[in-house]
Amino acid sequence: MSIFQYNGSAVVAMVGKNCFAIASDRRLGVQLQTIATDFQRISKIHDHLFIGLSGLATDVQTLEGYQRLVFRHKLYQLREERDMKPETFASLVSAILYEKRFGPYLCQPVIAGLGEDDKPFICTMDSIGAKELAKDFVVSGTASESLYGASEAMYKPDMEADELFETISQALLSSVDRDCLSGWGGHVYVVTPNEIKERILKGRMD
Amino acid sequence: MGDSQYSFSLTTFSPSGKLVQIEHALTAVGSGQTSLGIKASNGVVIATEKKLPSILVDEASVQKIQNLTPNIGVVYSGMGPDFRVLVRKSRKQAEQYLRLYKEPIPVTQLVRETATVIQEFTQSGGVRPFGVSLLVAGYDDKGPQLYQVDPSGSYFSWKASAMGKNVSNAKTFLEKRYTEDMELDDAIHTAILTLKEGFEGEVSSKNIEIGKIGADKVFRVLTPAEIDDYLAEVE
Repeated sequence: MSIFQYNGSAVVAMVGKNCFAIASDRRLGVQLQTIATDFQRISKIHDHLFIGLSGLATDVQTLEGYQRLVFRHKLYQLREERDMKPETFASLVSAILYEKRFGPYLCQPVIAGLGEDDKPFICTMDSIGAKELAKDFVVSGTASESLYGASEAMYKPDMEADELFETISQALLSSVDRDCLSGWGGHVYVVTPNEIKERILKGRMD
Repeated sequence: MGDSQYSFSLTTFSPSGKLVQIEHALTAVGSGQTSLGIKASNGVVIATEKKLPSILVDEASVQKIQNLTPNIGVVYSGMGPDFRVLVRKSRKQAEQYLRLYKEPIPVTQLVRETATVIQEFTQSGGVRPFGVSLLVAGYDDKGPQLYQVDPSGSYFSWKASAMGKNVSNAKTFLEKRYTEDMELDDAIHTAILTLKEGFEGEVSSKNIEIGKIGADKVFRVLTPAEIDDYLAEVE
């Protein structure tokens, strides 16, 4: 089994009308055994910028919560007295991942944010920092193939926040149902210029 | 950095609480050629005397005003070779920021990082402080900005400032002439008049240098022909 499939994960982000949604599953497994059903894969960098990481759980935690990314952004905020733009943050993540080119962090980030004039920005990258921008949706994790299919089928451009929430939730739940390593519910953030709505989804608990 | 006899810092405190080497560095700056900067409502201008040691020097090969990035320029008073070193270090820092964030470095950040380098040379063993004060002119998302950095590493934001030989006359002149809503062309005229104040001899496009940046966010040094045009307007 590949090391990227050791813990199991599913992350997806979608662009709406002046808003974005980012969602992940909640399972933390050690190969076939589920050991947690409330694992945080998505971190808030600032009010209009979120990052979700799929892949090896220890690297997810190291990059997001404890080290590198939140830490770097806090320093940036103190020095420059402003929040990082999503494009800038994506360049930073790409540089951090490439620093470890020959011993990489085993995760794939999904970055979603509202840029200038509240224009939504999403991107994903591989574990060594190759950026992939998209206008509609980005996916990552063990369930990525199902997520590609479900998102492609369900996505429409310029959805409002509520419809976007429905779409991303349905895409996530139906995809993780086809993947034994991810699931046990969903965690969805829908972000508009004025508020962040965080919701937990109850799906098939297997 | 040499043997142990020279591994102490030259900038050790004097009993009166001063760092004597920095005071001497400021003296070196104060005997350098005059330079000045003015922040207008829609841009920044920096200018300096360009007095060459002999008429045989090819003045076109000497450029005192330099770009640090496409939208940030710098001029100095003091020791030319020290300036060259600082320009090189600042350019590298700006490029490193660009490589990391894929975004041009804000003026305040570049000034801060350059000032940090200058300060390091006041607290290390076996080195001496830089004998230059810098005037950094830039235009970024926060608008036009003008900063002065001293040999101690302290930096200040100015609406208009001068450094070098004629500093007190120049600053008095600028205080009288400066207005908040000045536009870039007015500022260039005022800069020329300020240089003329303490100039020994006749000001011409061959013995002054002017750099400007406007809302187009491109810093450039004026050609001698352009300086001649402005000089004609000032007369």
